[in-house]
Amino acid sequence: MKSIETNKSNVSGFFSRLVRRQIFIPIAALLLLAVFNLVTDPSFYKITFGYNSAGNPVLSGYLMTILDSGSELAILAIGMTLVTAATGGQDISVGAAIAISGSVILRVLCGTNSRPETLQAPIIVAFLVACIVAMLFGAFNGVLVAYFRIQPMVATLILFTAGRPIAAWINNNELPIINEPSFGYFGGFIPGIPVPTPFFIAVACMIIIALVLRFTNLGLYTQAVGINESSSRLNGLNPAFIKFLTFVILGLCVAVAGLIKVSRFSTINYSVIAKDIEMDAILAVALGGNALSGGKFNMAASILGAYVIQFLTTTLYKFNVQSDALPAYKAIVVIVLVVLSAPIVREWLSGVWKKIRPEGHGKEVA
Amino acid sequence: MKEKAVLEMKNIHKSFPGVRALQGVDFTLCEGEIHALMGENGAGKSTLIKVLTGVYGKDEGEIFLKGKDKAVAIHSPQDAQRLGISTVYQEITLCPNLSVAENMFIGRTSGVCQNWKKMNTDADRILQSLDIPAKAAQQLASCSIAVQQMIAIARAVDMDCKVLILDEPTSSLDEQEVEKLFRLMRDLRARGVGIIFVTHFLDQVYEVCDKITVLRDGKLVGEYEIKDLPRVKLVSKMLGKELDDMSDIKGESKPYDKDDQSAPVFEAKGLVSNAGIKPFNFYIKKGEVNGFTGLLGSGRSECVRAIFGADRVLGGTVKMDGKEIKIGKPLDAMKNGIAYLPEDRKVDGIVGDLSVRENIILALQVLKGFLKPFTKAEANKFAEDYIKLLGIKTASADTPIKSLSGGNQQKAILARWLLTDPKYLILDEPTRGIDIGTKIDIQKLVLKLASEGMSVTFISSETDEMLRTCSRLVVMRDRKVVGELSGEELSQSMIMSTIAGGDK
Amino acid sequence: MKKKLLAAMMAAVMVVGLTACGSAPAQEAAAPTEEAAPAEEAAPAEEAAPAEEEAPAEEAAPAESTGETIKVGIINNDPNESGYRTANDKDLKAMFTAENGYDASFAYSNKNDEQIAAAQKFIQDGVDYLLLSAADTAGWDSVLKDAQDAGIRVILFDRTIDADESLYEASIVSDMAKEGETAVTWLKGQGLEEYNIIHLQGVMGSAAQQGRTGALDAAVASDGWNLVTQQTAEWNAEKAQQIVQSVIDSGNSFNVIYAENDDMAKGAVAALDKANIPHGVGKDVIVMGFDCNKWALEELLAQNWNYDGQCNPFQASYIDDIIKTIQSGGTVAEKTIIMDEKGFDATEITQEDVDKYGI
Repeated sequence: MKSIETNKSNVSGFFSRLVRRQIFIPIAALLLLAVFNLVTDPSFYKITFGYNSAGNPVLSGYLMTILDSGSELAILAIGMTLVTAATGGQDISVGAAIAISGSVILRVLCGTNSRPETLQAPIIVAFLVACIVAMLFGAFNGVLVAYFRIQPMVATLILFTAGRPIAAWINNNELPIINEPSFGYFGGFIPGIPVPTPFFIAVACMIIIALVLRFTNLGLYTQAVGINESSSRLNGLNPAFIKFLTFVILGLCVAVAGLIKVSRFSTINYSVIAKDIEMDAILAVALGGNALSGGKFNMAASILGAYVIQFLTTTLYKFNVQSDALPAYKAIVVIVLVVLSAPIVREWLSGVWKKIRPEGHGKEVA
Repeated sequence: MKEKAVLEMKNIHKSFPGVRALQGVDFTLCEGEIHALMGENGAGKSTLIKVLTGVYGKDEGEIFLKGKDKAVAIHSPQDAQRLGISTVYQEITLCPNLSVAENMFIGRTSGVCQNWKKMNTDADRILQSLDIPAKAAQQLASCSIAVQQMIAIARAVDMDCKVLILDEPTSSLDEQEVEKLFRLMRDLRARGVGIIFVTHFLDQVYEVCDKITVLRDGKLVGEYEIKDLPRVKLVSKMLGKELDDMSDIKGESKPYDKDDQSAPVFEAKGLVSNAGIKPFNFYIKKGEVNGFTGLLGSGRSECVRAIFGADRVLGGTVKMDGKEIKIGKPLDAMKNGIAYLPEDRKVDGIVGDLSVRENIILALQVLKGFLKPFTKAEANKFAEDYIKLLGIKTASADTPIKSLSGGNQQKAILARWLLTDPKYLILDEPTRGIDIGTKIDIQKLVLKLASEGMSVTFISSETDEMLRTCSRLVVMRDRKVVGELSGEELSQSMIMSTIAGGDK
Repeated sequence: MKKKLLAAMMAAVMVVGLTACGSAPAQEAAAPTEEAAPAEEAAPAEEAAPAEEEAPAEEAAPAESTGETIKVGIINNDPNESGYRTANDKDLKAMFTAENGYDASFAYSNKNDEQIAAAQKFIQDGVDYLLLSAADTAGWDSVLKDAQDAGIRVILFDRTIDADESLYEASIVSDMAKEGETAVTWLKGQGLEEYNIIHLQGVMGSAAQQGRTGALDAAVASDGWNLVTQQTAEWNAEKAQQIVQSVIDSGNSFNVIYAENDDMAKGAVAALDKANIPHGVGKDVIVMGFDCNKWALEELLAQNWNYDGQCNPFQASYIDDIIKTIQSGGTVAEKTIIMDEKGFDATEITQEDVDKYGI
């Protein structure tokens, strides 16, 4: 009897610890969606094996769609989390920056001809050039925020407005189209591998950021700067440079996401590519339970948040919800999140939990 | 009510959880007088002002105003303003992007409409009558700080105020600006306004004030005519040590050896920062504990901040172990073995949301480098060692530091710097706001560290604490170094008379 | 957070405010002329009347047509907006050149107020013709009146506005509903046994979406066609791909993709390819698109798609004709000119068509 009791209190203790853990929020949201889909239509989880029109093996099904389509968002969430932590603000120009870096990739691959028969440069070169360009634009935002001390949202408003025209200008307003099938691998499938490549790229990014957080002090520094800039400075840190650095890292994430985006269709549409993705990336950070005012962050929770958003989107498509109504549903998620993350509500919830627990215990004894 | 008195506060009590901020304080202000309100930090000056202006409610006591038969009730700053009590704070609380006239009249018109033309002419008239060098239509931000200060005063005066409170108005002004402000104050005095002047600058008190009321530890020490209270007496009243019966506390510190010819560990010549201090010279030897003393705002914190590179250093040379070095930012100082525990623990010290462990390892981690993080085990060992060594009371090393008590936070920050194994440790008010037990712990620790060869600079508002730990004191007044005391000179009375300066 | 949002809003408000300030002098400048010609305003909007009254202004015109250049101010949407707009802008730029006897200035904006400000500037500059593709239908009355008073002829292209017909000479537009009808008629002609359609719509409420959706909806109602899904992908290839992917994942069968632009058709095809569903001429799924992008017509030529409806961006030659008519003293017969628009069938399209009509 006694052992059962301790066991029980252990379980409830574990639960109340979990509730307090940051990653609880995206996990709870994910479970909610998963259970909802399981109840309404279990075939949601069906994964089928087949071949695409090019004769390559592919896995398909809603889950694969989520893993595939959520990749860019997950990658952006990494950079956005760091920017949020260090600056207490968000970059709203990532969508426009993706348009720029995508445009750069195509420009390098196409050269002067917008419809090249063969690639004018190796893909890796195009990608590296795009990385440099995207990091430069990130640096531009970073300088405005870190050294000129402009509010991040206002500073990035500049690129938000100017980015897409710049992207169009890079290719003289033409629509480059790449015929080389290998360029499509990054946003599609590598022959012989049935899992979409974007997922692998996203996983690679996650591993890299995990290693960076493990083997450098990026996490400690960004959090320290985000929590207390003055104190960080007196501890020998250079807050402005660290803020600047987070924007450059976000620029790198943008370049990777841009590669996937342009690879999906081997072309670009300057006005709609990665449209509104900045809001989703910010939402992913918030959904991960990270304070948008900066400070402590949990990278895994942010990335999970990105997939939760894609899960929600795919679910809504499945139920034939008008896609222009999607923002309304996301808005509801935001409202719920904001309310849940309010300290008052959290205290109230843990209070409620404490009340429930002894009752359950009492019943057991009776 | 006394004749000519415009304001009388009687037996004012005010408590906050754990602190009795005001205990039966009386205060009287007469028509056409400038009345200094003096006291060290925590004496209750600002609480008294806030009670008077309705920011805090009082627990007990009565406030009388001229022309009112009964005691008045002040529940909000609006009430105070309506009764003719206006306040001008140290920080300008006006809107820099509005015009001067708009600032003077903002929030004072009841109607929706506003006669802009009339407002501007009115404003110009007031500015002219007070001889303030500003135009009504000018944007406030284009005026100097002093003029902005004066405009704030003009706004207050125009609201038909009988009592004008100036809370540290001169802190950010240069000498000429202060002079202008004083002219305005004297002008207002001539018009019969009663002015309460709160400042840390002794010289200024003796320049413009008629009377002084001294508070200490929430209690009234007394009200004095300026001519009856020489500086030394004022300082002793503020510090609560009577000159006559002051027996020097015996220092436990190593006596200062004047003949010690060894080279100093750290030496600064003509060091000056952008924080408004005058260039100063300073040195410290191995194993020495010295300190900066002076009243609050005298520039003692600014000096050590300049040493550490926390403020922007504008000039001077710095030597470490006889070698000239350059300290442009805190990291430079840290690399040279200097550690600095800042005065304001919350703003400059702790990184609130981070764990105790992360707070402890932060400085050493920064020194070690971006690419070389400590392993979890290493970090834990450091944290656990110092938690034990300094007796930091925390649930675990993982607890966010903000949930610790002030004293334990301070110990954690101290641990952070001890972990870097500095040659020279600067402690700015390490004992402020923490319990007596921790205070003594920290004092003992300082002496122990010194005996092990560390050089320590110690700053405290409590003179006896300084006397107990320091073997040499640098005395500051009005942002200048005005003296240095060591050996036999180290006594309360000597400190006070040096702080007071002027008429000895 | 709140503060930041506020700051962002303030910035936006300030930009609007600046534009407003910028436009004010132009209005004032135009005011006297307005007062001078009250009779004209009151007069019934007869086409001949203004032409006669403005005879003095016209007198200069013949001289211009004999050798001097005609000044035109062209207000267009941002050419980066879409392939359509890029082609449109290119077409205009190719037509209104010095060689063709024009002195053209261009202004681009997707915002109505900025466009109006540009129009006022052109009026001040004293252009002969104002060519306008309005971002919004409303708000043009007063500025066009100013133009009329200044003797400037206005020609609308691509987009109509809610203003009195007397304020402009002609309006050259596409008939989106007709585009839709052409496409739906073609689809009916395919004689499928059953019609299970995935309908990918453009941004809801846009003229193109309404015209192209209207025709399909009508056919669905009258012929008993089945809409497997009807969703807006907001002109976005990626959204279209996700929507079609979702239908494929759900296992519902379909045999027609009716995408309201080429980008969305491309997105749909990407999803089909991934699931190895054959599409194109003689295959399982019929793919239909709009706008006649060059790359899309190439897909038709390769028989991967079945149909592409034209949305003609080449208005320049129509405008040129109208200007020539007016310059030579003639009148424009029709106020609203609807452009010829084709629908291409993959089985009939030729390389020539691709080169000629691809944008």
